[in-house]
Amino acid sequence: MTLVNLWFWLIAVCFTLYFFLEGFDFGVDLLRPLLARTEAEERALTGTIGPFWDGNEVWVIAAAGVMFSTFPVWYGALFSGMYPIFVAILLALLLRGVAFEYRNQVDKQVWRNAWDWASFFGSLVPSFLWGVVMAKLIEGLALDGDRRAVGGLGDNFSLFSVVGGLGTLLLFMLHGATFLLLRLHTDTVLYVRARKAALLWGALATVAILAFVWLGYVGKGLFTSFGVLPWVFPVISAVTLASIWLALTRHWDRMAFAMSGATIVFSTITIFISLFTRQQVLPSTLDPAFSLTIDGSASEHYTLVLMTWVGGIFLPLIIGYQIWNYYVFRERIRPHEGGLDHGY
Amino acid sequence: MDVIGLSRFQFASTSIFHFFFVSLTVGLAFMIAIMETLSYAKKEQRYENMTNFFGHLFLINFAVGVVTGIVQEFQFGMNWSEYSRFVGNIFGVPLALEVLMAFFLESTFIALWWFGKDRLPHWVRLASIWLVAIGTQVSAFWIIVANAWMQRPVGYRIENGQAILTSFSDVVFNPKAWIYFFHVQGSAWTVAAFLVLCVAAYHLLRRHHVEIFGPALKLGLVVGAVGTLFSALSGHTAAQTAREDQPMKFAAMEAQWEDSEAPAPWSAIAVIDQEGQRNTFNIEIPFLGSVLADNSLNSSYEGMIRLQEEYQQQYGPGDYIPPVAPVYYSFRLMVGIGMVLLATAFGGLALWWWGRKGRKDRLLTNRLFLRWLVWIVPLPWLANFFGWITTEMGRQPFMVYGLLRVDQGVSPNSFTEVLVGLIGLWAIYLALIGLDIYLLSVTARAGIDHKPSAEIVAAPAPSYSEGPSDSDRSGSL
Repeated sequence: MTLVNLWFWLIAVCFTLYFFLEGFDFGVDLLRPLLARTEAEERALTGTIGPFWDGNEVWVIAAAGVMFSTFPVWYGALFSGMYPIFVAILLALLLRGVAFEYRNQVDKQVWRNAWDWASFFGSLVPSFLWGVVMAKLIEGLALDGDRRAVGGLGDNFSLFSVVGGLGTLLLFMLHGATFLLLRLHTDTVLYVRARKAALLWGALATVAILAFVWLGYVGKGLFTSFGVLPWVFPVISAVTLASIWLALTRHWDRMAFAMSGATIVFSTITIFISLFTRQQVLPSTLDPAFSLTIDGSASEHYTLVLMTWVGGIFLPLIIGYQIWNYYVFRERIRPHEGGLDHGY
Repeated sequence: MDVIGLSRFQFASTSIFHFFFVSLTVGLAFMIAIMETLSYAKKEQRYENMTNFFGHLFLINFAVGVVTGIVQEFQFGMNWSEYSRFVGNIFGVPLALEVLMAFFLESTFIALWWFGKDRLPHWVRLASIWLVAIGTQVSAFWIIVANAWMQRPVGYRIENGQAILTSFSDVVFNPKAWIYFFHVQGSAWTVAAFLVLCVAAYHLLRRHHVEIFGPALKLGLVVGAVGTLFSALSGHTAAQTAREDQPMKFAAMEAQWEDSEAPAPWSAIAVIDQEGQRNTFNIEIPFLGSVLADNSLNSSYEGMIRLQEEYQQQYGPGDYIPPVAPVYYSFRLMVGIGMVLLATAFGGLALWWWGRKGRKDRLLTNRLFLRWLVWIVPLPWLANFFGWITTEMGRQPFMVYGLLRVDQGVSPNSFTEVLVGLIGLWAIYLALIGLDIYLLSVTARAGIDHKPSAEIVAAPAPSYSEGPSDSDRSGSL
């Protein structure tokens, strides 16, 4: 394991954790208009992610920051090559983050409704577009001989990337629903609605993921480069997705959440394995010779050593106190118990 | 306007917007940690109310600072991909460190501090808010290290069109970084201190809760005095180092076209003719230029016309003179405002000292001074704005001083892409800044007795006033 490869996989870890964590808070935001009928229910649903969303969001800043320092060529090509996509993601995240903070600052229904929309679209756009980005990572961008992306907006969307976007969107909705099964009191009507939502969106997510895999297999030769062992990951991903249905019907809430999380984890890892087996970080659709390779895009040894020290010290700490944060706010929530003396 | 111009404008405006929020966050986090410490040590209800009240103001601002920070990070790759490729080995490291050391800390422990009110022991919450405060200062440190490297590159070698890191300790101990850090810290504390002073003065004028706003005013004065003093001293040093490592920036700050006389005068007001490379009108104060440049009474420094020739020999043909008028005037406005704030903070300390005789605390009843504090609240933000204009426009045309020009760092994006993105960002940022100011002023004016209907992310607002809250007016949970 060289340092370059280590950091390639640490970037994969950052993205995986980001999708796993922010995936469910995007999901809760997306499901809220469908599940909540009253103001108290709205607030209860927001309360399930209130103390967590901000810490979850930092994982994407970490992914980008680590990419910048360890793979500057990759970072520059990807972020400029998908410029309109990242603009849309940023605008959405701006609105969404502020919606959390501002929604209940003014006691007017119009104001609250406006922020609810901001929150919904602010989650919808990145949930869809992160799938587009991940699909484009393995499909590639129009990189010229100078390693500059020259494709423009049309280059960012293909059937494959749109299906990828639908895949992440639906997976996050499923993941949000299974998260709610852990965070809501089992005797509330919201809990029952969340289970129904999980079944519905789980079924749709399964279709989208299968379509994505089929497109990848047929059109992109996505898995043909896999050796014997890496096949395990897409297969596990499929198994976990299928087992959610079983867990939901048997009322195994923890199992359902673990499985929707595992689906996200293994799907993301599959994307990075696909890149890794080709030793690329970003293929070129113009000429395979222009593709960005892992070694050719990485920073120099000294920077990587330094980053390894930093990562080695801080990543375990971060994961530690974030787990503690989840442990502190572990109690289930029910509407009309929003008081601080009731733990929301 | 071309892609380069648009991208520059975008970076300037998003940075200034971002700093509008985070300067307050950095300073206020620190002040709230002090308030929470008072609350913990003295076990008095009034300090708890103070912490809750100002904590609420803090949280209105916090998330906006976080999300605008994501824009700051992403746009290096989006708009400046060539720059990213060139500097990533070095510049990316402090950025990654900022995320790993500060952002996670802030965003996790702010939740534990605010939402943990009913389930964590007080000392754990005290530790949490201190971690948030430390996190904000650390975050400021790393981003300033990165910026200082752009202004004064150190600890690198150039290889295959990339700057390669050779010594991380040189980057961290870049003298410019530390001077800038104290300058930015000082200004962030100043912003927060003057907001607290404004709010406290507003309520003291109305005799609301003197037992809470009196101590808040005094805390604001102390932090404001420290902040303005730090800013002034480090700012003076920063200008002097610019003379050594960015002589063109220094000359532009002084609108000095020809070499200065010895001793150098200091120009107070000038009308600048960039085309003709001269000042058509200039009011000068003798000797002061030398004092500012290197604390002597007989020194001189080079003017822009000669520096332009030197830069051309060093870096190849091109125009190395930055836009002089904005740099010159921003610098003067920043310094002028800084002096006013410094005088205000120390004037307040003097009032406090002379007014403490007798039974009445005359500082808290001096209506003239309190009104003044209410009115000058925008000034620290303006000073910050002018400071960033000075330092960032002053390094033009360079992105990395002496190594990479702005036109060499830009992404191969289309004009339309950048324009549409810019319009979207401006629309949202203007809305955010308007709402932020509106909510801050509404919450600040409502004061302690008003049980806010406002809630932060599903956690009910804490009652600022003592005892159990009366009927819940908002009809919320």
